[in-house]
Amino acid sequence: MAEKILMKGNEALAEAAIQAGCLRFFGYPITPQTELAAYMAKRMPKIGGTYLQAESEISAINMVQGAAAAGVRAMTSSSSPGISLKTEGISYMCGADLPALIINVQRGGPGLGGIQPSQSDYWQATKAPGHGDLHILVFAPSSVQEMADLVGHAFDTADKYRMPAMILADGMLGQMMEPVELKSGDNAAKQDKPWAACGHENKREHNIVNSLYLQANELEAKIKERFERYKIIEDNETMCDEYMMEDAEYVVVAYGASSRIARAAVREARRNGIKAGLIRPITLWPFPKKDIAAAAKNAKAFLCVEMSMGQMVDDVRLAIECSRPVSFFGHTGGIIPDPAEVLAEIEKLSGGAK
Amino acid sequence: MAVVFKRPHALLDVPNTYCPGCTHGIIHRLVAECIDELGIEGRTVGVAPVGCAVMAYNFFGCDMIQAPHGRAPAIATGVKRSKPDDIVFAYQGDGDLAAIGTAETVHAATRGENITVIFVNNAIYGMTGGQMAPTSLPGQVTQTTPYGRDVSIAGYPIKVCEMLSTLEGTEYAERVTVDCVKNVNKAKKAIKKAFQNQLDGKGFNIVEVVSSCPTNWGLAPNDALEWLRNNMLAYYPLGVYKDKSAEKGAEK
Amino acid sequence: MKDMNALIAGFGGQGSLFMGKVIAYAGLIDGKEVSWLPSYGPEMRGGTANCSVCISDEPVCSPLVNSPNLLIAMNLPSFDKFIGAVVSGGTVIVDSTLVEKKSDRTDIDAYYIPATALAEENGLKGLANIVLIGKMLAVSGFSTIETLEKALGKVVPPKKQHLIAKNIDAIKLGMKA
Repeated sequence: MAEKILMKGNEALAEAAIQAGCLRFFGYPITPQTELAAYMAKRMPKIGGTYLQAESEISAINMVQGAAAAGVRAMTSSSSPGISLKTEGISYMCGADLPALIINVQRGGPGLGGIQPSQSDYWQATKAPGHGDLHILVFAPSSVQEMADLVGHAFDTADKYRMPAMILADGMLGQMMEPVELKSGDNAAKQDKPWAACGHENKREHNIVNSLYLQANELEAKIKERFERYKIIEDNETMCDEYMMEDAEYVVVAYGASSRIARAAVREARRNGIKAGLIRPITLWPFPKKDIAAAAKNAKAFLCVEMSMGQMVDDVRLAIECSRPVSFFGHTGGIIPDPAEVLAEIEKLSGGAK
Repeated sequence: MAVVFKRPHALLDVPNTYCPGCTHGIIHRLVAECIDELGIEGRTVGVAPVGCAVMAYNFFGCDMIQAPHGRAPAIATGVKRSKPDDIVFAYQGDGDLAAIGTAETVHAATRGENITVIFVNNAIYGMTGGQMAPTSLPGQVTQTTPYGRDVSIAGYPIKVCEMLSTLEGTEYAERVTVDCVKNVNKAKKAIKKAFQNQLDGKGFNIVEVVSSCPTNWGLAPNDALEWLRNNMLAYYPLGVYKDKSAEKGAEK
Repeated sequence: MKDMNALIAGFGGQGSLFMGKVIAYAGLIDGKEVSWLPSYGPEMRGGTANCSVCISDEPVCSPLVNSPNLLIAMNLPSFDKFIGAVVSGGTVIVDSTLVEKKSDRTDIDAYYIPATALAEENGLKGLANIVLIGKMLAVSGFSTIETLEKALGKVVPPKKQHLIAKNIDAIKLGMKA
């Protein structure tokens, strides 16, 4: 077992990507993801990789697209306002079936917003990360260790299904240090990518990486084929974590940073005799609908905790088909909720501390 | 019987999508001939733009990537940085390269990105039906400058080769045209040099081809070429704007 | 103490973030669950800089310490801002060279030590923050000096490892203060 070291979430994401065989990084500076790019700038030249600071987030995502089209593992990282600029490239990559990794270390929006931690890009990540009928894989780690662990998994899953993956983190996870154990680099998958545009060496027909289908029936067929793949992903790649859920009557649903706060509140509620539990989606797309629906059997009420005005809460309501009351608690704009506030909400649901 | 003229191998035997009299066909052929002559088709990756040449991926025999509007130099950068031994070219029009993709173009050039850019300048947006381009001439009538391009409102056309030649990373910038056999031959020489420079690892290469758009200019093909000679070439003089290696050689 | 939720605050450049890292590493070496969360953003440039450090037997839930049971205040704005947030029964350590005020709270244990002056008098200029770690060790027993030495070895950059001995002197100075 490798020694545990203290690392910032941003740095753990970067090193894990290198360990996963990603040697092409294209970025543009933005707080609070800066350490990720800085780490890449330091490491990449020493290992024969590429760190390139692009002239814009738009350019950076398109460099990633070029690298992905050429068949190599590539990534970019940014924070909320920068991700908005990357949506063009993300849509094209979905349309051209290209795998790549995009990191969003979220900060408060809209507009320039703030630089403190936020989860207000949930809708963007899971509903409309670009124009068109599309999905991307969205992973939501809640610790530095999980940030490191999900990077390789995100790359592998993106390669497997030929689509972009996003790690949706936030300023708290990016900036905090926790003990982390990094897996060594032997999991750098050598994926066979026969579709890549990297020179046909006069051995095959030319490959075309493209998202343009001018014939409506062709485009529809292409999208339907992609949605069949999405169905397989929903059936096979959903991830979520449960805490004290066995007999839970009051189910808190939270992901990423806010799930840590919710966990503290659930633990405290149990100490106070309230049957509280926590479901923590790890994949936000595909969303763990089945796990949440199953929890409705014992549940009296649900509480969604987010660092936003309430975005994932809609998906929770849909997952249980509104069969139980679903309430929301959160802060936005860069404020991290306090466990005591969440506990108070749980107590309110359960009719007071027991 | 001796074959004296044939389709270049790197140009596929498929019908293209260009209008009659359009110069894209000639330029495609020149690019393909250069790829053939340099023997690089197997390791060449082309990047198609958004615009009339959007479906260039169907016409070239090398591997091809279709880029978002204006982003071809960024896509090309991603390919080149990932596969440094590949020969990467971007094929772009004026709206793509000099309007929406200005930042990508300027920064690929200033980084000295070792790629080749073929820039087709016909002073109009062809694909969308004849709107003002960043290179439309002062006074030029287009769908969106129905009274002629008024520079007090729409500003001035961008002279791309002149602009890029100021950048340290630009190795080679030449403006050519394909209005007659003599100029076609010159254009081919320039395109070949722009690829050879990449093979030699010299940096950013751009060949601007002053072109015609009979359809959207509303002129017959020959009249369009006449208009090109009389109007375009006055604003966009042909010639070598930068040849860094040659300049260094001359200094010695 | 079972769970330590520490808040370490001062001006940028006083080494509060570095202190937090040393403390967190000590917790890690002692086999505990730890987290370190800095304040970040424009306030780091010449303004206040603080970090939250949690050390626990259980996995750390919230790494953000709003209600510290241990506060180290290295300047007046930090003292004023956070003194009221300390939980009842909590500990406060103040660099009294830089903070002349004292708290009138009677439900906390407050220690006022002139860390900056002590460091300068003992040829340890710039190590006031480490002197404060020494005091913290003495009053809380959160770790051991041996562990802290190992932690310093992890946090101090390779080129500055020769300075660790002075850091140990600073810890010992703080323990006696």
